Amino acid sequence: MRPFQVRGLTRRGVLRAGLAALPAGAALTLIVRPADATPEAMREAIKRVVGEAAIKRGRVKLDIPPLSENGNSVSCTVTVASPMTAADHVKAIHLFNEKNPQPNVISLYLGPRAGLARIDTRIRLSDTQTVTAIAELSDGSFWSDSANVIVTLGACLEDNPT
Amino acid sequence: MTAQALIHVPKKAKRGEVIEVRTMISHVMESGFRRSQSGEPIPRNIITNFSCTYDGVEVCRVVLYPAMTANPFLIFRTIATASGKLVFNWTGDNGFSAEESATIEVE
Repeated sequence: MRPFQVRGLTRRGVLRAGLAALPAGAALTLIVRPADATPEAMREAIKRVVGEAAIKRGRVKLDIPPLSENGNSVSCTVTVASPMTAADHVKAIHLFNEKNPQPNVISLYLGPRAGLARIDTRIRLSDTQTVTAIAELSDGSFWSDSANVIVTLGACLEDNPT
Repeated sequence: MTAQALIHVPKKAKRGEVIEVRTMISHVMESGFRRSQSGEPIPRNIITNFSCTYDGVEVCRVVLYPAMTANPFLIFRTIATASGKLVFNWTGDNGFSAEESATIEVE
């Protein structure tokens, strides 16, 4: 007795069909997936903003959930400790990611009129990765903070609209 | 295509107070990195720039990238200097442009 055999459908036949379909499927995923931004791409994007200046740790606080179920919408907040006076204020806040197809996320340009150097927004993350926030101060110094985010369902690539 | 924008600015504020401005606009923010089911790349269609002026003075400017969510949502702060008008402006790919305004009364 062969309990698992359906008429015309053998185990060998199914395996053969699966193998034949495999290279086509593998080739398709290779084409569909665009090049991801690597940590090097993020470093380069940061360099384009910062130039040769040194980036110091501190003053910036990046609030982002350590675990995110849906990469299509990850809420995050960047706060920079600054008196926000004409003499000493934050000029810009930039957000970067490591593994999305592009390293930039958002750049906010502000001045002493803001009163408080803080931005709240929602971003897309394609994968588990490190997000970096960089603040540019009026004295020309740069400060940063980074956070790791575990993303269960990535953005950008998973869904295919018709 | 008209985009719907949601703005939240406090109606009244004290002079010198830091107010929170919340903005959200309806937009697909198509990243340009996705493909349709037939395999063709879907062209990028995002909002690239946002700005806010308070009585004609720019108080905040934002550059957006494809890593922003659909219906971009932003909260920023500004100092309530005088009673007046805040004008919000979004521009993007395919000639996208939207403007919204809100008034504030400062005591």
